[in-house]
Amino acid sequence: MTDNPIIPDFGGPKADAPKADKPKAAKAVAEAAPAASGEAKPRKMVFIASKGNLDMAYPALIMANAALGEGVETHIFFTFWGFDLVTERTMDHLKFSMLGNTAMHLPQVPKMPIPQLLGALPGVTAGTTLYMKKTLDKLEIPSVREMLDIIVASGGHLWGCKLSFDMNGLSEDDLYDGVEAVISATDFIELSEGAQVIFV
Amino acid sequence: MPTTMIGGRPIDVNDEGFLTDYAQWDEDLGKVLAGYAGVDELTDEHWKVIRFLRADFPARKETATLRRVASVGGFDMKNLFVLFPGKPAKKMSYIAGLPKPKGCV
Repeated sequence: MTDNPIIPDFGGPKADAPKADKPKAAKAVAEAAPAASGEAKPRKMVFIASKGNLDMAYPALIMANAALGEGVETHIFFTFWGFDLVTERTMDHLKFSMLGNTAMHLPQVPKMPIPQLLGALPGVTAGTTLYMKKTLDKLEIPSVREMLDIIVASGGHLWGCKLSFDMNGLSEDDLYDGVEAVISATDFIELSEGAQVIFV
Repeated sequence: MPTTMIGGRPIDVNDEGFLTDYAQWDEDLGKVLAGYAGVDELTDEHWKVIRFLRADFPARKETATLRRVASVGGFDMKNLFVLFPGKPAKKMSYIAGLPKPKGCV
């Protein structure tokens, strides 16, 4: 049995936990070089959501949601086709196509060949989209809109890309409510200072 | 699995410190755990969440994720971040004496 209770890392100082005396040398080093220890700055993550397919909408949303749950300052920048995730007229109608996806296989039957040309037939994309939505549903994964609602409620920040906004001929009214602003590339560079940037 | 002294009694935990025995927890222990997690005072609102987590666990053998707490438990997501600031899912499951949630969402 250990003398000091084993306590998970909750990020901040464990105010009420009985403190074990740190070895003096280690403490001196930590005080002398707070920046080098990596503890001085709280973690910050920026996700760039650049794709508008149903399957590729999720990685950034799920990781951003997880980051927020870990107390990390989290931003998502929606650019190019990723802008469809925060555009009212498209966000509930993202599609999953097997076309151009050479890794495509049935989730449960990975060895069954699926010719790429099949994906070009009318109705196939509608079918694959429906199938993916059902699979997500079964796993209790929320819809894209619901994921964004959760992220905003959890304190996440959503930003639109100015160029994509202009290219799509959008106005502010076309945007999902949770988007804080449409920003330029320069704004994005400023925003992401000191952050871990993840491109999806 | 290590055993550690919490609130004056031996408690089974995993390497990270999360409790491993559902039966070893009671509300008094929850108060001590809350202190360790940096939640100084457990209000009625806190207790509602903790009791939901405790009630939800036995059937599923899995701790509810934040989303499940919000969608099934009916708690407001924003408020969960206020009640258990920083790492809400970890903090609430720790205080409730449960493993940390495994689900991605």
